[in-house]
Amino acid sequence: MAFGPFLLLALMEGLVTAAVLALAASGLSLVFGVMRVVNVAHGEFYMLGAVLAWVVTTMIPGPPALAFVAALLIAPLIVATLAALADGLILKRLAYDPEATIVATIGLLYMIQQAALSLYGPNANPVRAPFEWRIQLPWFGYSGYKLFVVLAALAVLLALWLFMTRTKAGLIMRATQVDRTTACAFGINVDRVYMSTFALGAGLAALAGVLVVPIQQAHYLMGGDPLLLSFIVVIIGGLGSLRGTLIAALVIGLSDGVISMFFTPTLAKILATLLVAMVLVFRPQGLFGAKA
Amino acid sequence: MTNLLHPSRRGLLMAGGAGLLTAALPGHVAAQGAPIKIGFQLHRTGIGAAYGRWYERTAQAALKAINDGGGIAGRPVELLFEDDATDPKRGSEVVDKLTQSDGCDLVMGTLFSHVVMGSAPRAGELKVPYLVCSEGYHVASGALNRWTLQPGITDVRAQISTMAPWVAANLGKKVTMVFPDYAFGHDHRDFFTTAIQAQGGEVIAQIAVPPTETSFTRYFPQIPTETEVLYHVMVGPAVLTFVKELGEFYGTGAKPALFGFIDSLEAVDTATPGLEFLEGSHFWEAHPRVKPADAGEHEAAYRAAVGVDDNGASVSDAADVSTYSHMFSTWETLYFIKQSMEAAGYTGPADRQKLVEAMEAISDLPYGIERPQGAKRFNGKTHQVFGSQNISQVQGGKLVKVHTTTIEEGVYEDAVDYTTMSF
Amino acid sequence: MTGGGVKPWALHLALIAVLLTAQFWLSPYHATNLARIMVLAVFAMGYNLAFGYTGLLSLGHALLLAAGMYAAGLPAQLWGWGAGPAFIAGVAGGGLMAAALGLLALRTAGVSFMIVTLMFAQAGYLTLLYFAPVTGGDDGFAVAAASRRLLGFDLSTDTPRFLAALLIFAAGLLISLALIRSPFGRTMVAMRENEERSRMLGYNPFTVKLAALTISGLYSGAAGAAYALLFGYVGASFATIQYSILPMLYVLLGGAGTTLGPFLGALVMFTLIEVATGLTSAYLFFVGAALVALVLFAPKGILGTIRERWVRWLP
Repeated sequence: MAFGPFLLLALMEGLVTAAVLALAASGLSLVFGVMRVVNVAHGEFYMLGAVLAWVVTTMIPGPPALAFVAALLIAPLIVATLAALADGLILKRLAYDPEATIVATIGLLYMIQQAALSLYGPNANPVRAPFEWRIQLPWFGYSGYKLFVVLAALAVLLALWLFMTRTKAGLIMRATQVDRTTACAFGINVDRVYMSTFALGAGLAALAGVLVVPIQQAHYLMGGDPLLLSFIVVIIGGLGSLRGTLIAALVIGLSDGVISMFFTPTLAKILATLLVAMVLVFRPQGLFGAKA
Repeated sequence: MTNLLHPSRRGLLMAGGAGLLTAALPGHVAAQGAPIKIGFQLHRTGIGAAYGRWYERTAQAALKAINDGGGIAGRPVELLFEDDATDPKRGSEVVDKLTQSDGCDLVMGTLFSHVVMGSAPRAGELKVPYLVCSEGYHVASGALNRWTLQPGITDVRAQISTMAPWVAANLGKKVTMVFPDYAFGHDHRDFFTTAIQAQGGEVIAQIAVPPTETSFTRYFPQIPTETEVLYHVMVGPAVLTFVKELGEFYGTGAKPALFGFIDSLEAVDTATPGLEFLEGSHFWEAHPRVKPADAGEHEAAYRAAVGVDDNGASVSDAADVSTYSHMFSTWETLYFIKQSMEAAGYTGPADRQKLVEAMEAISDLPYGIERPQGAKRFNGKTHQVFGSQNISQVQGGKLVKVHTTTIEEGVYEDAVDYTTMSF
Repeated sequence: MTGGGVKPWALHLALIAVLLTAQFWLSPYHATNLARIMVLAVFAMGYNLAFGYTGLLSLGHALLLAAGMYAAGLPAQLWGWGAGPAFIAGVAGGGLMAAALGLLALRTAGVSFMIVTLMFAQAGYLTLLYFAPVTGGDDGFAVAAASRRLLGFDLSTDTPRFLAALLIFAAGLLISLALIRSPFGRTMVAMRENEERSRMLGYNPFTVKLAALTISGLYSGAAGAAYALLFGYVGASFATIQYSILPMLYVLLGGAGTTLGPFLGALVMFTLIEVATGLTSAYLFFVGAALVALVLFAPKGILGTIRERWVRWLP
């Protein structure tokens, strides 16, 4: 393939990677930013979203678009409820101690994975995209749904930004993020803020899972990758900075796409990983945002 | 749901408790009814889980058939399944547990080759026969030991070599290969490249995809335009994504002929939306998933026993597609164990060495219910079995068998003689 | 922390003595598993020195384990090195890799450090795959019998393997006890508790942390090399993220910042899986539930909680 179309494809793929990253990372950015806890089970919430999307779309008859919209609403709600429960029953009792939280969320990860394997099975199952639309360029074809995911990611990030900056709930969350003690003194129910933040973060992960599943497949081990990538995006973007999350996702996604043009795949992966690591080494506070 | 309700291995053990008691008694009593215990190293969790489930079902079906037919040398047979999480370290621990803690007579069933590599040394130390169902070239290459054998499935090297002549004659001579960047993919790369050269063809590009990858489109532009045949093989949960993205990439434009290993679509329905572009393309199959018109006389009985319909899906759920081209190996391995145990006059773990020698002495394995995939030839020196292979074409969304190779086409020169090694 | 006089030494030596006798009263199966646990515990002890004492939360220790494993396994495979030199190469390999990792990653701290170490480990894993013709890729390779002999003993047989594992474990345990009771050990803890203050006291945090991480790497390398030589297998799966999480889990479970915690954590985790797989095929669920329960009722790990409530002198 000629260089031009090749570059175009690499950029489009990079953009889609960036969108998936931004979607998966937005929830983590929130939880990490506000609560300062490392939620190792974040990827499992994403997986649950995808698996529930499969369950919902196979249960609801009718056009795929309708079933998909139902999945978009139902899956995040279920996952958010589950997360709220986990917060109330486990994390709150640990007083959000960083180390204890890591062990507890590793425990959660095992439990969710096993439940998915036992109830859903080990197969990777496809979920139909809400619409079938292929773009046929002169050099290659491309999935229209992938481009939709890019737009959806932008919409979700925008909505989240509006929520955080323009609503009272968002203001309370940001206040808690900046100073927990003062927020407490001002009569903010920090426990409730934490629970809703954790639920919202998990819901966002599930939403990402639903949006991504027509591109990938619903599989019980699919949570591992987004977990790692989300952490990377959140750190590089700077703690609690949504703008940073978006830009970091773009940087990582596009560099991943473009590097893959010039090297054999595994070598490209090694170089892309090292590149991101080096960015962190030489800009430990992330590209944007306040010091961690 | 089935997993949670599944009787645990420990439960099986207790049920066999009476048998255990008799096993402690002198030999002639054992011959009357102490069960032979076969440990099964199962990929119940981890990336191999989709295969593991069908390996378990097929082995259970073979176990029932063998026990209904009077067991092995008149003794009932018991299978003990233990999850290895598709991990080499856990794999060797499982070999240990099955052999030392559960007292199994031998261990079988591993599919993923890194688990085989991690477990085989321990089997060698414990001096317990270890019969893998992995199709890796690791056994015949000489990398393992006297105790490790592969009697149930042809290895990748032989499978691939038999494909090259047909590909060169029917699809084209300029081949681009896409394969996973680990041992299984490297076997494909090395052996197909040599085999197609022997046919006057050439591999013009090799695209090795890292195993951690979940998205593949970005690598497709590396496929040269002059490619006549695109040879693809992928394993793991991302296989469907891979095939779908390949379809999106080529779309309605001109595309090379596609030749894939069914591994790219094991446990996946070929009629899945998004796979329409596979229409007319060809796949290697060890055991045709869709029952061919000229299927052997035992095919129906085998499918019924395992619970698979004529399309290769579960009889209870048409969406639950089997790993048909791999799972027969567990069935055939169990019958191989029966044959060799009876030939060796096996009575207990003290006869393990005699058992391996009896296995090494086996060569012709004719077609029958014992070998539903087809007749085989076992090479006692390389510990590897050889069988015929099939090529199927996707027609109307279904795999239709179009070609069958002979056993001879896959035979290659011995790389090792395990029989000269010490036990 | 450093109180208790001779009591800690007595406790550690008693544990080693009990383990020495264990091979006589345990079945061969359980003795082999104990050898595995001791090797894993060496890895976890290394992790504990970095994380539990110095406060370096790394998710890249699989890289150090694999460095030791391949530094021992490759010379054995390629040039037929014996077990002795191969083990030394493995320990050195782990230490060198840790020093290199530290030089870069220690420019960061906290969660950034965690992510950076994770990424270097991931790059290391992919590198092992990339150089498959030498490393064997994900398949890895079985270590030849000739390289598994030490001073005439065959390390692939039960008793020599057990004793070798115990020897490495005992050395690791006693060195870690001596280390944390030394002035340098107190500096490490100071780094964890308050980096700024120790800087004002004249310590260079970077040097202290680099030294701690390198020691941690020596331990990890020893564990990797021991696994290769005692259990006869070298493979890239040991470089995956799973093997970075494992030592962290062991340490947190047993008690971070306790010398015996890593061993106890490895023992409990191993036993937990062993028991759970016997009860149900959905064993991961119970392992997960047990972890949650443990952390709810003993948030500082088993020994951390015991030290807090009952035995103050526990090192």
